[in-house]
Amino acid sequence: MYTLSSILVLFVFWLLLSGNFTAFLIAAGAGSAIGVVLLARRMEVVDHEGHPIHLSWRLVTYWPWLFKEIAKSAWGVTKIILNPRLPISPTLVRVPTSQKSTVGVVTYANCITLTPGTISVEVKEGEILVHALTRESADGLLEGEMDRRVTRFEGRR
Amino acid sequence: MSVFVDAVSWACLIAGGVFCVIGAVGLIRMPEFFTRIHAAGVTDTLGAGLILLGLMLQAGFTLVAVKLAMIGVLILFTSPTATHALAKAGLARGLKPLLAEDRSKPSNP
Repeated sequence: MYTLSSILVLFVFWLLLSGNFTAFLIAAGAGSAIGVVLLARRMEVVDHEGHPIHLSWRLVTYWPWLFKEIAKSAWGVTKIILNPRLPISPTLVRVPTSQKSTVGVVTYANCITLTPGTISVEVKEGEILVHALTRESADGLLEGEMDRRVTRFEGRR
Repeated sequence: MSVFVDAVSWACLIAGGVFCVIGAVGLIRMPEFFTRIHAAGVTDTLGAGLILLGLMLQAGFTLVAVKLAMIGVLILFTSPTATHALAKAGLARGLKPLLAEDRSKPSNP
């Protein structure tokens, strides 16, 4: 199942990047897609971690929310940068995680880093060490809305 | 292309450029390593994102727009990874962050 969808995704990727729809190029694309997936199978990386296709439909609700959060926090950091007094209060904080799979924790850590004002520095069992630009952004993370969102995005397995 | 789409596209491009400059200003104004990474984050996300959006509106419904979207997705996955690697490397090499408050101690084994 993961093999088939990987081949399909790679083939579509090839078609979109090439933009030439001659018989030879389409055949070459299909050939390369199959070849790459065969190699990947030998390396045993075609699984729910290397190719998390089961998450894709949840992106529909997750990404718009993520973009909103990014815009909001980027605007916050912009205001801090342009403020003549530079009102920063850097804080190191441990944020608990509630995700079950590694993909979920990685998504959460990436989500924290993507929103300006917070960086995940170190990931450990059940918690992430976060460097926050202000005390408020650290408190915002501890409220745990992002954690719940990512856990919902990860879903039950 | 309609005048409206063109106007929105240029607004995005200009705003993206402004956010890139703001990120650069922050990079200079911030006092030390870790806080500077935060400032660079503005360029990474809003700056690059708005410029890509503006370019996509210029391209319309073409393959070029799809490729621009792919670049956007690439940035979405690579920039946090690079930022995390940078911050972790700094901490691992013993660079002490300038802190107003350190709440990392309690559960430290």
